[in-house]
Amino acid sequence: MSHLDIELKQLKADTIKMWTLVNLQLVKAKESLLNLDKDLARQVILSEKRVNASELKLDLDCENIFALFNPVAVDLRFVLAVLKINSNLERTGDIAESIAKFAINVNNNFDLKLLEITRIVEMFEAAIKMMDEVMEAFDKENTLIARKIFQQDELLDEINNKANTIVADYIRNHTENIEPALYLLSVIRKLERVGDQSKNMAEEIIFYIEAKVLKHRSDSIKNKK
Amino acid sequence: MNKLEAQNVNVYYGANKVINDISISIKPNSVTAFIGPSGCGKSTFLRLFNRMNDYIDIFKMEGKVEIDGKNIYDKNIRVEELRKQIGMVFQKPNPFPKSIYENIVYGLRIQGIKDKNILDETVEKSLKQAALWEEVKDKLKNSALALSGGQQQRLCIARTLAVEPTVILMDEPASALDPISSAKVEELIYELKNNYTIVIVTHNMQQAARVSDTTAFFYMGELIEHDATKLIFTNPKNERTQNYVTGRFG
Repeated sequence: MSHLDIELKQLKADTIKMWTLVNLQLVKAKESLLNLDKDLARQVILSEKRVNASELKLDLDCENIFALFNPVAVDLRFVLAVLKINSNLERTGDIAESIAKFAINVNNNFDLKLLEITRIVEMFEAAIKMMDEVMEAFDKENTLIARKIFQQDELLDEINNKANTIVADYIRNHTENIEPALYLLSVIRKLERVGDQSKNMAEEIIFYIEAKVLKHRSDSIKNKK
Repeated sequence: MNKLEAQNVNVYYGANKVINDISISIKPNSVTAFIGPSGCGKSTFLRLFNRMNDYIDIFKMEGKVEIDGKNIYDKNIRVEELRKQIGMVFQKPNPFPKSIYENIVYGLRIQGIKDKNILDETVEKSLKQAALWEEVKDKLKNSALALSGGQQQRLCIARTLAVEPTVILMDEPASALDPISSAKVEELIYELKNNYTIVIVTHNMQQAARVSDTTAFFYMGELIEHDATKLIFTNPKNERTQNYVTGRFG
């Protein structure tokens, strides 16, 4: 194995390590919010520092590989993809942290009916599944798995698009619960962003493996190999 | 029209086939880099364009090599005339053991040009084109051998330019130079592209990436891929090209 191969292998391992951490942050953010577990929420906020440190390290590693090894072709695309995935992961980490902050700020348990009609649990699970699968696509270098992400995002978009009306109706009938309802609406917006980050990462994986640029293309084109 | 063109070229050294059915087209005012591992045939192929291989006894060629649409292996082609049109720069700077001035005018004197004004003008113009004039204008009568390696190489390029070729072939022109001199030669290649068609053989892939418009990858006597340099170094089509440019060869 060449020196560059060793560096690239290490970069991949470090990226997966950060990815695993971010996915765990999202799972913990979900648990902390739905159970109003403030200790768990504080853990998420504390671990966000680790996510940020990982981002800086990956940036530096990419910079060093560019400077010392002048990667080209598939190697170049891999390092460029990692650089962008790194930003996507950091933003997803921020989202998990801000959901955890809501968990600390909310005082009363959420009305179960509100959780049900907004489909927030379903949305959380879909977002977490997307993050897990896009990581699997990266790990296995599998663009078929990466392409599935684009379809899965449709569910998040659908829940997000209906949320305004559903929450507004709920607030009209439950004026005592305005604050938690608004928090949930914010969380829905944030989870929709998690879906977008997953899609961006799927695009980067396809770019690195197939040298195809899918950014700003329609989903029907993205799904075609 | 293409400046250089090779069609179905085979080259043999005795019974050994060293170039296998290569065809390539090279546009005017462009820089083309030939890359590939040692012994892949890239230098042999380069030397076809000024018939430098003719000196090798066991050399035999099939196919067509054209410059401006004319087959240069035609019987009625005069090799001396051809080489006025096709300059060549080698790996090791090879100035004549003469003054800087005499190195530049050497080709012109062979052509019988004696007018001092023309010779002086050519010396200044060629040295300026080769980005050497400022460094040597006050010591034109000094020996060329007193120049540094990098300056000697630029002198050799100036000597090539003096006879006003249209094509310049370069065989590893910067591999014996330090990084600063090498960068100067690269800048020079970039400048010269406006007026000349340049073909460069290089082992330095980053150099190929920096200076050339198109890159041709040779392997075991075959042309594996010839495409825009940007594509060769970001998304080569052939797996062997990818393995070579990423350093995973063999």
